[in-house]
Amino acid sequence: MADNFYNDILIDHNLHPIHLHELPCATCSNAGINPTCGDQLTLNLVVKDGLIKDGSYTGVGCAISQASTDIMLELIIGRTVEDAKHLCELFDKMIGGEITDDELEELEEAAALQNISKMPARVKCAKLGWKTLIRLLDDNS
Amino acid sequence: MSDNRFKKDFPVFNEYKNLVYLDNAATTQKPYPVLERAAKYYKSENANPLRGLYDLSVKATDAYENAREAVRNFIGANSKREIVFTRNATESLNLIAYSFGRANIGHGDEILVAISEHHSNLLPWQQLAREKGAVLKFLECDEHGQYTAQALEKALTPKTKLFAIAQVSNVFGRVNPIKEFADIAHKNGTLIVCDGAQSVPHMAVDVKELDVDFLVFSGHKMLAPMGIGVLYGREELLEKMPPFLYGGEMIEYVTRDSATFAELPHKFEAGTVNVGGAVGLHAAIDYISSIGFDEIVRRERQLTELAFEQMKTIPHVNIIGSQEAAGHEGIITFTVDGVHPHDIAAVFDSENIAIRAGHHCAQPLHQHLNIQSSARMSLAFYNDEEDVRRFTDTLKTVREKMGYGR
Repeated sequence: MADNFYNDILIDHNLHPIHLHELPCATCSNAGINPTCGDQLTLNLVVKDGLIKDGSYTGVGCAISQASTDIMLELIIGRTVEDAKHLCELFDKMIGGEITDDELEELEEAAALQNISKMPARVKCAKLGWKTLIRLLDDNS
Repeated sequence: MSDNRFKKDFPVFNEYKNLVYLDNAATTQKPYPVLERAAKYYKSENANPLRGLYDLSVKATDAYENAREAVRNFIGANSKREIVFTRNATESLNLIAYSFGRANIGHGDEILVAISEHHSNLLPWQQLAREKGAVLKFLECDEHGQYTAQALEKALTPKTKLFAIAQVSNVFGRVNPIKEFADIAHKNGTLIVCDGAQSVPHMAVDVKELDVDFLVFSGHKMLAPMGIGVLYGREELLEKMPPFLYGGEMIEYVTRDSATFAELPHKFEAGTVNVGGAVGLHAAIDYISSIGFDEIVRRERQLTELAFEQMKTIPHVNIIGSQEAAGHEGIITFTVDGVHPHDIAAVFDSENIAIRAGHHCAQPLHQHLNIQSSARMSLAFYNDEEDVRRFTDTLKTVREKMGYGR
């Protein structure tokens, strides 16, 4: 593990999440589960006319899954469904270690998770929210 | 104990400098005598055993059957016919469920399983119950992981055909009173299946003394190679059970549409067997016997107590199960307030300390205890005080590293 893996961005999103709450007005929700630890999170979105107007998540998880999901929501709220899907692809590329510097910039704070590619045991944690998002968007488009 | 004469026997500690290995309940490291014995088999005794009519095949057969005798002696079984080699404890439990279970458990019968069981001693029974319309019931423990004779007597009914419980839980590390429970089960006409995966490697286990009907364990948790495990069953039970897997090496005579099956234990060992694993297990048993369980138990208890007493003094650390060191047989499962167990394990990993995090294949138990997941340190005799010191030193830093008190 990289010594500085739990950097300030991850620590901050884990201890003080912005989007960890219920979302009664959600238009779609989906649950994701990480079978290695049994952690479960539910992702809620408000999608109108191809635009992600709001989003939240609930559930428990490790710092990496929680921070990753929180950062993801911060990134995609206000964007189109197509943009969000594109960012999910970029995130996958980053975890796979194949991302360019320009693409990395598009991911904004999510770039804080770049070193996860050096921690294969934790890839599933980092991807949990993003995989749940892709399924949610595919199921509702 | 500071002079640790055991680590030099384990090449991993030479290859992987600075490693503190505290995941022994998941699998143990392998000493030279085990590795060398398995290599010697493949170098000079390898042939397909049990069938060949030439010298080398006889050597392979002898090596395999000598390993069976070593296992018989190790757990005090009456006969080699009661020792079946499998891949691991999980396969042994599946064998019992598929063979004994499907022939003897029917609609409305009850199967009683301890709530702390590893998934491997739960799912085969859960599937069997669903398939047969049998009822799966749970024996519940208190928050310290203790099961009582009274609760067992209450949970058993005239319909309870089988009771499945581990001798040592892989989460609590507490020793269950198997002999007492076997007596209670037998008075009720119920058979007892004992999972010895966490006990057989760490204490003297005698199947006749425990009076269990079945005992299972894995070689890889007791210094042997992966892929070799054991099923012990009472001969009269195994004799009546149908085969589990069908194929080569387990037949007596085969025609176009029927077959008679080989004698015990070969009836349950279809296909070419794992001789390399079996001779490795034999070498592991010899190595363990050369140290002796008196010494192994003494070392592991001393280290457990040292770790336990230190952990009790660290704020925000919660030990699961018994709040006494004596209630932990080399296994201490814990949580740290505000820190997910995966993150705990990652902090330890950054210090080259291997511990387990997650649900330890015991999700119903975590639900019963109302916790999501936990972290676990588990010891073996080749650990030492320095390992425990590095473990507790790191444990003290976990919350700070996760941003608390910054």
